[in-house]
Amino acid sequence: MAEPARADEPLLKTPLHAEHVALGARMVPFAGYDMPVQYPTGILTEHNWTRDHAGLFDVSHMGQAFLIAEDKSHETVARALEAMIPADVLNLKPNQQRYSQLLADDGGILDDLMVTRVGAPGHEGWLYLVVNASMKEQDYAHIEARLPAGVTLKRKDDLGLMALQGPSAAAVMAAKAPQAAELAFMMSTDVQIDGIWCHISRSGYTGEDGFEISCHGNDAPGLWRAFLANPEVKPIGLGARDSLRLEAGLCLYGHDIDTTTSPIEAGLIWSIQKRRREEGGFPGAERVQREIKDGASRVRVGLKPEGRAPAREGAVIATPDGREVGIVTSGGFGPTVNGPVAMGYVSKDVSAVGTDLHLIVRGKPIPAKVAAMPFAPHRYKR
Amino acid sequence: MTTRYTKDHEYIRIEGDAGIVGITDYAQSQLGDVVFVELPSVGKTVNKGDEAAVVESVKAASEVYAPVSGEVVEVNSDLEASPGTVNEDPTGRGWFLKIRLTNQGELDGLLTEEQYQDFVKSL
Repeated sequence: MAEPARADEPLLKTPLHAEHVALGARMVPFAGYDMPVQYPTGILTEHNWTRDHAGLFDVSHMGQAFLIAEDKSHETVARALEAMIPADVLNLKPNQQRYSQLLADDGGILDDLMVTRVGAPGHEGWLYLVVNASMKEQDYAHIEARLPAGVTLKRKDDLGLMALQGPSAAAVMAAKAPQAAELAFMMSTDVQIDGIWCHISRSGYTGEDGFEISCHGNDAPGLWRAFLANPEVKPIGLGARDSLRLEAGLCLYGHDIDTTTSPIEAGLIWSIQKRRREEGGFPGAERVQREIKDGASRVRVGLKPEGRAPAREGAVIATPDGREVGIVTSGGFGPTVNGPVAMGYVSKDVSAVGTDLHLIVRGKPIPAKVAAMPFAPHRYKR
Repeated sequence: MTTRYTKDHEYIRIEGDAGIVGITDYAQSQLGDVVFVELPSVGKTVNKGDEAAVVESVKAASEVYAPVSGEVVEVNSDLEASPGTVNEDPTGRGWFLKIRLTNQGELDGLLTEEQYQDFVKSL
């Protein structure tokens, strides 16, 4: 999971770096940043704490930016972005957020991202984007090269971002910002917490109810400490973030989705709203529409290995009679499931839930079944 | 009782003509929560430096190398049901396997307790 840092570049630090070090975190290079992989209690404890209480994650390494239409028209900025992603941006309500993907001309996924129609007064014609840390330079260059005149991209590298996730998240938030605690899933608002401006959305990457909170980088340590002051909240590192999202069946860019996978193969059709499926008008629309109609030749599935041995990324997937039918893209131990879980791509003909397959681990076939995802039920606020 | 160490953080505690092999406290703390251990079959012959077992944490799989050559005469099958024992008591109940040495001389190439502690401090 730790992505190799470029040796010639020093690691970047998020605004919360000193907080992690003070908390005794083990720091590792990730997407060019020096990030906490775990705190002293360890990944299992952090994972379980998030499922049972509330976890606080530093995700300030992710890219935050605005797309701004000079004519202050939502339609102008929405149409500009719709030329690059398959989500319905035009019909976003103010403060509504959607998950989508930047697509290449062949329908491959360049990155996945969150898009929000900014609802704060005086920001008509603004979209707020959150992209992956490892992809932000490429994403910004890609977007800027495709923007029409009158729409500009404004990077916000001075912002911090943290996620508060878990069944206690709403109560923790209610004590700080009652208005934010009332948000519906995938809606957002701007509030003050202890005098700190925050943009808060009801979303996350763990399968649990929770929030993502953006604030100025200078304010991030104060806000981080304010949340941690609640005994229900503990800091959670990248290790548990990965096991939580894997159990939730959520894709990790560069692993479960990349330029070789389409949104339909990846099972992300839910993120392409009806109008866009019908009208197209995004890169790779021809492939996406064809795969919606005829089905993709391979699809992302959940996999539940028998026994205790985890099957990890790169493990070959075969039928019991030895025919290679795919590859594991994420896999490991699921603490909530209390056993190994994985996801990967397999040929359409062996993708039905319950299909018996083998995962090849250290040269040995491990029996596994195609399983419905998520492995741990989503508990989003609906 | 003599214990020797490798720079890969295995220990071998000599008991007569055999040695108990496991991973050090430093190794378990670096790995984090152990969730699975794959042990060799009893009777398997290993050469010094061969992969003798695999230990998996939440994050990754790591090989455990045979610190000496010999025959695996016993494995700690309790680890199958409770792999977390490796974290709780790595040099006690969290042992991996017992090797009957074929060449006692190989022990001379391993680190003493003091040398190993100095090595860990240098990391």
